[in-house]
Amino acid sequence: MNATKHGISRRGLLAGAAGMTAAGLILPRGAFAQAAPKKGGSFRIGQSGGATSDTIDPATFAAGPVVTAMLAVCNNLVEIDADGKAQPELAESYEPDAEAKIWTFKIRDATFGDGRKVTAKDVIASFNHHRGENTVSGAKGTLEQVADIRADGDNVVVFELKSGNADFGYLTSDYHFIIMPAKEDGTLDWQSGLGTGGYTLVEHEPGVRITLKRRDDYWKADRAWFDDVTLLAIGDPTARQNALITGEVDAINGPDLGTIHLLKRRPGIELVETTGTAHYTLPMFCDVAPFNDVNVRLALKYAINRQEMVDKVLRGYGKVANDSPIAPANRYYAADLPQHEYDPEKAKSYLKKAGMDTLNVQLSTSNAAFTGAVDAAQLFQQSAKAAGINIDVKREPEDGYWSNVWLKKPFCMGYWNGRPTEDDMFSLVYSKGAEWNEGHWDNARFNELLLKARAELDENLRREMYTEMQGLVSEDGGTIIPVFVNYVDAHNDKVAHGKVAGDRFFDGWKLVERWYAA
Amino acid sequence: MTEPRKRHPLGRMIVQRLAIGVFTLFIISVLVFLAVSLLPGDIAQQILGQSATPETVAAMRRDLGLDQPLITRYFHWIGGVLQGDFGKSLANGRPVADLLATRLPNTLFLAAYAAVIAVPLSVLLGLLSAMWRGSWFDRGVNTLSLTAISFPEFFIAYILMYWLSVQWGWFPSMADPGSNPSLMDLVQKAFLPAMTLVLVVSAHMLRMTRAAVVNVLGAPYIAMARLKGVSKWRIITRHALPNALAPIINVIALNVAWLITGVVIVEVVFVYPGLGQLMVDSVTNRDMPVVQACALIFAAVYICINILADVLAIATNPRLLHPR
Repeated sequence: MNATKHGISRRGLLAGAAGMTAAGLILPRGAFAQAAPKKGGSFRIGQSGGATSDTIDPATFAAGPVVTAMLAVCNNLVEIDADGKAQPELAESYEPDAEAKIWTFKIRDATFGDGRKVTAKDVIASFNHHRGENTVSGAKGTLEQVADIRADGDNVVVFELKSGNADFGYLTSDYHFIIMPAKEDGTLDWQSGLGTGGYTLVEHEPGVRITLKRRDDYWKADRAWFDDVTLLAIGDPTARQNALITGEVDAINGPDLGTIHLLKRRPGIELVETTGTAHYTLPMFCDVAPFNDVNVRLALKYAINRQEMVDKVLRGYGKVANDSPIAPANRYYAADLPQHEYDPEKAKSYLKKAGMDTLNVQLSTSNAAFTGAVDAAQLFQQSAKAAGINIDVKREPEDGYWSNVWLKKPFCMGYWNGRPTEDDMFSLVYSKGAEWNEGHWDNARFNELLLKARAELDENLRREMYTEMQGLVSEDGGTIIPVFVNYVDAHNDKVAHGKVAGDRFFDGWKLVERWYAA
Repeated sequence: MTEPRKRHPLGRMIVQRLAIGVFTLFIISVLVFLAVSLLPGDIAQQILGQSATPETVAAMRRDLGLDQPLITRYFHWIGGVLQGDFGKSLANGRPVADLLATRLPNTLFLAAYAAVIAVPLSVLLGLLSAMWRGSWFDRGVNTLSLTAISFPEFFIAYILMYWLSVQWGWFPSMADPGSNPSLMDLVQKAFLPAMTLVLVVSAHMLRMTRAAVVNVLGAPYIAMARLKGVSKWRIITRHALPNALAPIINVIALNVAWLITGVVIVEVVFVYPGLGQLMVDSVTNRDMPVVQACALIFAAVYICINILADVLAIATNPRLLHPR
């Protein structure tokens, strides 16, 4: 009755439905109907970055299929959700004291793949694996701030920091800090490959494939849908793309941007694009002439055409950045800072302020820094010419770039995945004396604010401080940050997902437990 | 004169060549060891990559024994090899023997697959085009094979993949055989990489067969055979081919050796887990024990296949035993 009252007859309704379907066909991809997740099915993932040298040791593994797999086999204390917020994971709850110096984590009632209960001892071993003199962990620097880790009973772990850090909860979501079982002597038993996650490791053939099987007793009720998951290491972008097209895998990361418009056209293929925290950098040593003059640094910052790089190097899959590593995906991103635009005249005026008419600099680059780095350098060379800046592009060997060029040459190129927290990113690369301070930048006000903001629990005060710091890095800093790089994944219509997280590609590297069969 | 020496000249040669081969392997192991250590950076820096700090690098070097001098490390390694222990991968701590155990059979399978198709095919086509030289068949075969060899192998791979896999869906684009493949699985999955290799190696063998046979066809005894009315095919297979076998066998040997040692690009494009990929990864990581083991296997393959080729060449043409 109601229906007819509003003028909708049965025929009209059907016609409307047909119209909607037709409209659905021309909707941008991404508008797949999202059915409620259900258990079952298989999931095959093709991922780059696998190598025969891969290991499941959380101290040394790096962004490849191994990490994606181990994040499904294990849990962290805290995970980052689709909105970029920290959520307790294996920790049932956690809280800092008033100074953000003592952090107490209550461990959830969960079991490892072999049935053992996870205890405080396992958590402590998992963190100590990255501490101490003999660790080879890439996360060692992050845990330098930890003075002591102790157990308080079987399921409470207390972290005592050297100074307050309001973001410590976030830090425990780092992929290095997956919780694995401890051995009798308190060291980490990573060789066991056991975790509290939704999957168990069935097979790991380094650089070839990893197979996972779902655990029926996973403590998360709304995660881990697929019965079994296979991760294949496919290094060649064309091979990866073909594997997706021919249906041999269901999802891939990093499709070739050169042919992505063709991939997009294929029926049943959906692209997933997120703007995360990844960015390209061009660090200049602030203690080496001519970069020791802030006017020279500003001249170079105005002489780079950022939009052109987004268009040509990233083919539109990126966003213009403003010489600050804090991305829109971060919590305290300062959107209102004046944007550095390409302006040769302004660049010239800064050169004049520095007492120069022309500037000759050498830029060391290599595609090892990031794909398309050499092209980016050549674009920069062209755009800077108009400002009287002559850039000599020096192409360095790809092999050994990170050990011989980066942090060694006064003006080179780099790549950062970025960090979920402002403090982590700034401390790692922009604070005085940091191991990776790629620009040798030392700004007293910035360093002071960094310490202050770290221990501050008041949201508004923190926002204020981080905004000022982003301004400082942008105007005074020793690093040109031209663009943020979008993460692009592609998948077929056999799998579906909810809102994807922006902190990494592959739904925050958690697609194994978050995605489900369509 | 000593009798036994004359009785087994071939056996004597094999033993001699094997001894030289072992010595060559030793030299190669030294060269590879030096070459890898001359590369910039070491495994600690490579594995830690961007996250390498002086402290973590030092800790890792200590852990792996890289703080020892080069000579000590070499003798430690060769000592193990002489006892049949290839050591452990520095990168992931797995025994090198285990890594090889999964990869080597894959590589040998793919090489055998391609060779079984390519060798008879190219010898047969070579003989036919020698028999009908100057004909349309001859020109057609030559043009096709030269075209195939002129394209880089990844291009051929992509073309095959595009048509046979992406467009028509006859064969999988990825050749990873999975963990427990059946023979049929293997044959089906490795078809595209095998075909790529067949196209790449055939031209070389085909042209050599044709040239060698054509060369012999000019000899007076062939004219004699023709005059007494022997059929063309019989002249080629019975009279010409046996005398042309030595160079053909050598080219086949070179190509088979290449099929085992040089197919890394095809492995990458088709995601086929073979030795080439393992070696490239290991060189990138400066994973010395794995690089060494792969290099030794590749060198041994070359040496053995070359010995085999020489033995076969001599068996078909004993005159080669007595250099003038």
